[in-house]
Amino acid sequence: MRGFGIWAIRLYLALLLLFLYLPIAVMVLLAFNQSPLYELPIVWDTVWFQSLAHNDRLIRAGLNSVGLALANTAIATALGTMTAIAFARYSFRGKALLELLLFPPITIPWLIIGTSMLIFFFWIGIGRGLHAMLLGHVALSLPYVIMVVGARLKGHGSALEEAAATLGASPWQAFWRVSLPVMAPGVVAASLFAFAVSFDQFVISYFLAPPGVSTLPVEIYAAIRKGFTPEINAISTIIILVSMGLMLLFARLYRFGGER
Amino acid sequence: MSTVDVIGAVKRYGRVAALDEVSIRFGEGEFFGLIGPSGSGKTTLLRAIAGFADLDAGEIRIDKQPVGDRPPHKRDIGMVFQNYALFPHLTVFENVAFGLSVRGRPKEAMRKDVGAMLDLVRLSGFEARKPRQLSGGQQQRVALARALVTRPRVLLLDEPLGALDKRLRQEMQIELRSIQREVGITTIFVTHDQEEALTLSDRIAIFNEGKVVQIGAPGEVYERPRSAFAAGFLGDANLFQGAVLDGGVEIGGLGTLRSADPLPAAGTHVSLAVRPEKIQVWVEGLATPGADLNRFKGRVQRAVYAGTNLTYKIEVGTHLLTVFEQNRAAHPLPTGTAVNVGWLPVHSVLVAA
Repeated sequence: MRGFGIWAIRLYLALLLLFLYLPIAVMVLLAFNQSPLYELPIVWDTVWFQSLAHNDRLIRAGLNSVGLALANTAIATALGTMTAIAFARYSFRGKALLELLLFPPITIPWLIIGTSMLIFFFWIGIGRGLHAMLLGHVALSLPYVIMVVGARLKGHGSALEEAAATLGASPWQAFWRVSLPVMAPGVVAASLFAFAVSFDQFVISYFLAPPGVSTLPVEIYAAIRKGFTPEINAISTIIILVSMGLMLLFARLYRFGGER
Repeated sequence: MSTVDVIGAVKRYGRVAALDEVSIRFGEGEFFGLIGPSGSGKTTLLRAIAGFADLDAGEIRIDKQPVGDRPPHKRDIGMVFQNYALFPHLTVFENVAFGLSVRGRPKEAMRKDVGAMLDLVRLSGFEARKPRQLSGGQQQRVALARALVTRPRVLLLDEPLGALDKRLRQEMQIELRSIQREVGITTIFVTHDQEEALTLSDRIAIFNEGKVVQIGAPGEVYERPRSAFAAGFLGDANLFQGAVLDGGVEIGGLGTLRSADPLPAAGTHVSLAVRPEKIQVWVEGLATPGADLNRFKGRVQRAVYAGTNLTYKIEVGTHLLTVFEQNRAAHPLPTGTAVNVGWLPVHSVLVAA
């Protein structure tokens, strides 16, 4: 009975991994297939990577996406971390309300947020463009960053900073030598969230992108509607490799400053 | 060595006064215990000395210098927190060196001082460990070493042994005391454990509702509590209320109690406290103590067996007395046994109600 249980769990795990990774594996495999119509058997070729290198549209969209995501990560992580510290360490008027208001944006569908942003940005004259997209992405990422960093901060309370103060550390020293290293895993995790929210963002980007500017998700969407070539598979393969690499790197880094 | 003066300290949180006109002078090299129920103000006072709580009125002076306008990092104090607050991302060495490092001490001097301090707390060889790899007692000693390495003027301890189990706590009490003597630092510590306060302190201040109820050496405060609260909080006490008659106090439902304390005029209502361990219990006909005792007849209502000692609840008149006895006989008196109880008049302590 015990043996059976273990095998059942292993089978379940195998199925789960299969379910998650099979579509991705198929997509990667077909990126290396010569046929533009996904014909089998697979004829090994890197033709789609080569043509990708000449597809300026897709490359520009990709660069837009990466640039936006990096800018968003930097801004949202910095702002969100500061907010989380304020929430965790200080009391001020309206704090409870402010904290409560952080949650709805996470549950409101992005489609609705995107529409309201589009209307609002036109109304106040921001309009469309990369700057508007960045603004939208930052606004969407902030609640995630604040929650992730906040969870980490609450786990420690202010005792560590107080200990640093009694040992003669100025608030500045206490922040850089104690608070930041201790909350670093939370900040790193939050920045990953911020990156993913932006890099994955379709609705906001689609609504706020001016004609001629697009991001990777928007471009992929357009390509699928036109009937797409395995170039999309090729660029997706590159993205998957990069993001999985990043994840593994961060998973290693996560230990730094952590308790485990 | 330094002195700390707290003069008329007041701290309010909304309507509640956490500190209500508290004045204490902490002497040079003194080991001073602050004890009281939670919310009595003892921790607030400690945090006010550290600089984490601003006073609404009054003043704190360290070595006669007012420190009210100085933030915590400029007060030159050492503090051990309840859960130690060791920096989890730093090693034992780096934790202890932290205070020297933020002061920009040279590496060599730092290594020497940290080494000496780890020697003192018997943690040499643990330099490279992270706090999570240490036991509770070891973490406690790292916290102590970290607080002492900068040679602060005052050491503040916030329930320093509260997180340890009983045996370890007793060991650490002895160790803490000997380290404090060796360093000779003025130490103020907060505890809610009466035994710890009595064991460690040169002097004790009992807090209640933001006020200091009594200050004195452990023996003084324990043997001569000045109020019913002090008697009941530090140790246990049987309390009696009655009116003064000539030669004693008439207690309703019991009889006349004699006290060695000077009594006020006849007719005044007073309270008397009697420590449970001062009361003798004996069975009629067996050995009878000869001394001049307050003596009553009673009946054992309950006996609680605790290995080294026994606690009796004894019905005397309409009162229920608590009595502690050493477990000499190995057989507690059974429930219902008719007994005599008695104590010397000197152990009936006059207290404010």
